[in-house]
Amino acid sequence: MPPALPGARPDFIQDIAMTNGNSEHVTYRVKHFDPDRDQAPRWQEYRIASSAGMTVLEGLWQLKETQAPGLAWRASCRMGVCGSCGMWINGKARLACNTQIAELESSFVTVAPLPNFDIVRDLVPDLTPMFDAHTVVLPFLIRSDRAEQESPTVEYHQSREELERYLQFSYCIKCGCCMAACPTFATDALYSGPMPLTQAQRYNSDSRDDGFGQRKTVLAGTAGPWRCHYAGECSRVCPKGVDPAKAIQLMKRELVLDFLRLRRHSRPTDLVEKPEGIKRRPDIPEAPARTV
Amino acid sequence: MLDVRGHPNRLGLWGWLGGGRWGTDRYLYTLHRLTGLGLLGYFVLHIIVTSSRAFGQQAWEQAMARVSGPLFLIGEYLVFIAFAFHAINGIRLVLIELGIGVGKPIEPVYPYRTSLDVQRPLAVGAVLLAAVLAVVGGLDFFVWH
Repeated sequence: MPPALPGARPDFIQDIAMTNGNSEHVTYRVKHFDPDRDQAPRWQEYRIASSAGMTVLEGLWQLKETQAPGLAWRASCRMGVCGSCGMWINGKARLACNTQIAELESSFVTVAPLPNFDIVRDLVPDLTPMFDAHTVVLPFLIRSDRAEQESPTVEYHQSREELERYLQFSYCIKCGCCMAACPTFATDALYSGPMPLTQAQRYNSDSRDDGFGQRKTVLAGTAGPWRCHYAGECSRVCPKGVDPAKAIQLMKRELVLDFLRLRRHSRPTDLVEKPEGIKRRPDIPEAPARTV
Repeated sequence: MLDVRGHPNRLGLWGWLGGGRWGTDRYLYTLHRLTGLGLLGYFVLHIIVTSSRAFGQQAWEQAMARVSGPLFLIGEYLVFIAFAFHAINGIRLVLIELGIGVGKPIEPVYPYRTSLDVQRPLAVGAVLLAAVLAVVGGLDFFVWH
């Protein structure tokens, strides 16, 4: 091992050791469940070599190639964008592709499917309830100009300030980590959960949207934000910094103001006027034909 | 659509009490619920004891004698602590639910700063105030009386 640099952090030294070829071994403790064979989930341990920068997902691939060919999980992009590989890793909901083994600071990597969802197989949770709740809150722009939405001719106007009112909430990748971490959702199946409510707030705070009245009927009921008591775990585990806890509290404020008839109702923004006398540059191709 | 019948995996009460690497606010959430249940239990007991008055003076004095030992004094003090925490933390939650102290939506840039960080002074203040009340209550229960 090279000599310690002045002020260097221990994990930095560890990284140097790993890049020098001194790979270490970690023990993966993986939850298995085969619906055709198992009555209940079971744990199994594997020992694998890990190297600097190796992610939990890469460790799973290594496991599948060498020791557990039947192990099942969901993953796709490997870069924290698709939200497929949400798992329960060392007691916390995280993306397997976004979590390096070194950052766990343990020689044990415990991997289980996201809790609060039924297990389909091994590390694959059934996220259907989350997406059903998402559908119910009408997560799309609701406006009266339906023809314009179906076949847009120009853009809707939106200022930078108006964009910032919802931009944070639009980064959600629907990984389900917030739902797995929420203690209210852990005991209350009627509660919509952080992800759907955040997306409702995302559209409620969009200046182009006029759907607050429709969403209110869902949000004011038992599935709505009033079951949240700000444990804050959703915001702590969110891999994209979406901060669902904040979205839900802001939604509660809107609902209170609406109940007191103090909520300012503003008309959804208008269409941007189509510029006249503008010609398409010859090097810009036409948009492809619509497929849907 | 594929019909999937998976194995149940809801955390249930374990989701409140443990099972993960939780943050500070999660423990405040759990403590708020537990103190709420404790206060509810106290109110039930309180109603049972005071209702004995309806059965005459002797029944009332017997009931009061049963709940006047040192164990019940400590129990009442615990109820006071639960009340102090539950009330002050409840005020914090009401403020947060009105959007006070959680901040505005921001563009998430790593390392992410969440509303939990923004409202941290509220949480610390609530716990400190509850602790001060618990100390003053303790003096009132055990020293000044």
